[in-house]
Amino acid sequence: MGQFIFRRTFYAIATLLILSLTIFTVVRLTGDPVTLMAEPGAQEADLDLVRAEWGLDRPLPVQYAAFVKNIITGELGQSFNYQMPVRALYFQRLPNSLELALAATLISFFIGIPAGILSAVRVNSVWDHVGKTIALLGLSVPGFWLGLVLILVFSVWLEWLPTSGQGSWRNLVMPAVALGWYFAASLLRLTRSSMLEVLRSEYIKLARLKGLPAFVVIALHAFKNALIPVLTLAGINLVVMLNAAVIIEVIFAWPGIGRLLYEGIFQRDFPLVQGVVMEAGIMIVVINLLVDVLYAYIDPRIRLTR
Amino acid sequence: MSVTTLQPIRLLKGLRIGRDLPLLPLAILVPFVFIAVFANLIAPYDPTEPIRGAKIFEPPFWSAGGSTRTLLGTDFQARDVLSRLIFGARVSLIVGVMGTVVAGSIGTTLGMVAGYVGGWVDQVIMRVTDAWLALPAIVFAIFLATMVGPSMWNIVIILGGVYWTRYARVIRAEVLSLREREFVKLAEIAGASRRRVILRHILPNVMNSTMVLASLTIGVVIIAEASLSFLGVGVPPPQPAWGSMLADGRSMLMVGDWWLTIFPGLGILLVVLATQLFGDWLRIRLDPQQRNL
Repeated sequence: MGQFIFRRTFYAIATLLILSLTIFTVVRLTGDPVTLMAEPGAQEADLDLVRAEWGLDRPLPVQYAAFVKNIITGELGQSFNYQMPVRALYFQRLPNSLELALAATLISFFIGIPAGILSAVRVNSVWDHVGKTIALLGLSVPGFWLGLVLILVFSVWLEWLPTSGQGSWRNLVMPAVALGWYFAASLLRLTRSSMLEVLRSEYIKLARLKGLPAFVVIALHAFKNALIPVLTLAGINLVVMLNAAVIIEVIFAWPGIGRLLYEGIFQRDFPLVQGVVMEAGIMIVVINLLVDVLYAYIDPRIRLTR
Repeated sequence: MSVTTLQPIRLLKGLRIGRDLPLLPLAILVPFVFIAVFANLIAPYDPTEPIRGAKIFEPPFWSAGGSTRTLLGTDFQARDVLSRLIFGARVSLIVGVMGTVVAGSIGTTLGMVAGYVGGWVDQVIMRVTDAWLALPAIVFAIFLATMVGPSMWNIVIILGGVYWTRYARVIRAEVLSLREREFVKLAEIAGASRRRVILRHILPNVMNSTMVLASLTIGVVIIAEASLSFLGVGVPPPQPAWGSMLADGRSMLMVGDWWLTIFPGLGILLVVLATQLFGDWLRIRLDPQQRNL
């Protein structure tokens, strides 16, 4: 177990190093960030001052070392517009993103899991076809377009829900549906295949042979085991939703991390963009590491495979 | 040699249209490609220029206030929505196909090299793949597009550079078992170079997987392009792209100008739906083992 944790931690650190190197290289390769950010007509002398302040006049390896040191010490730089450390901004927005992501997860559960179970229990029935259609539409309907259509129908035409902002559950419904939509489809597919696999297993056959009612077999015996991969996926989805809900948050003016990234893009706030992207990467790598270790703890077989 | 390799071409030969080919996806994809290719012949107006004498935000012809001159209405610069949709199809097709080609080439090459060569080469490639996967693809793409600057071909390269990871993983896993097969061993004994083994013996055997993955990537890339264009870091105006059309229409959503939002979205939806269905069909066709998945 110790060796497993060591190897996985090493991989995670390697991943973060490569990621930081990529971000660092892209930012430097694509030109001078100071010129990118500056207003047209800025004085060259002023630009040099900013370059010196950010250490952009130093050799590249020195800059990269400083960048990595900043990541480790938690100093991801100062946002140009907010005059605040990027990390502070990121964690300031995190609760909002979490609220939206949890609501979206809930919605993806409500759609994905029952539909997935029904499809698996009644393979090739009408329910299975409904499930397949939902799964297909989940991949094909862009979430942000769904959001726009929801606004059109429920805010403009029916005037039931507010178009944007944060506050009561009424603000939360549409962005959560638009965000959870895609993930509902992925949960549905996984629930279906996971249930199918469990339903074929020996212990389910035994439970059926014992004469247990079909409902008990499905709800208590099969579902419990089929749920493990589904919950893992939901957990990973949640972390992705926290960081990747850029367009949905923009459309619904939701003050989360995605919108922070968008603001960074439009205000040419390059330290903010770089910092938010790196922070998202760190969060995802750390959560994945924890999931891996937890899995290995629960299931010893995993420790032995690479 | 007794080993049978499943060549995509052989499996696709002798198909009868209507019986073996999937009708619904083709009914969408064939017109889509036709419209995209011949956009300048089909489109009634220049998609980037206002129509002389037309008002801004004219609704489609069947609504009150619409005219048959502009069948699907006009946008905020009095440009023809239909013409912009038609030219937008071209952008989606080019970015979707070329982005997928770039992603597939990078991913398949890296996957083959990692799987066949093994050792530290494999380690390095797979760690890079992990690092790429650590960021949600769309966040990575937004970051790159912001830094590189908007243009259609930049978007092709960016999306190709973001979506190759799945190919690398799948192809590597396949090559790990392929390289233990007899025909590969025999080629090695016969003195074939690594390069030759990869190109002549490994590549033909992983093409099926690459094609199936590609059919599923196109839709993802099309949606990603629309997302980037919607955020203003994709295809730059005035070039019409479905994503930027959605962004243009957003401000008018509140007053109920629905046609600016509905039509470009329907375009994306139909094309992506068709590529997904086509991909499912291709997967079953090319890989009988996956039929039950």
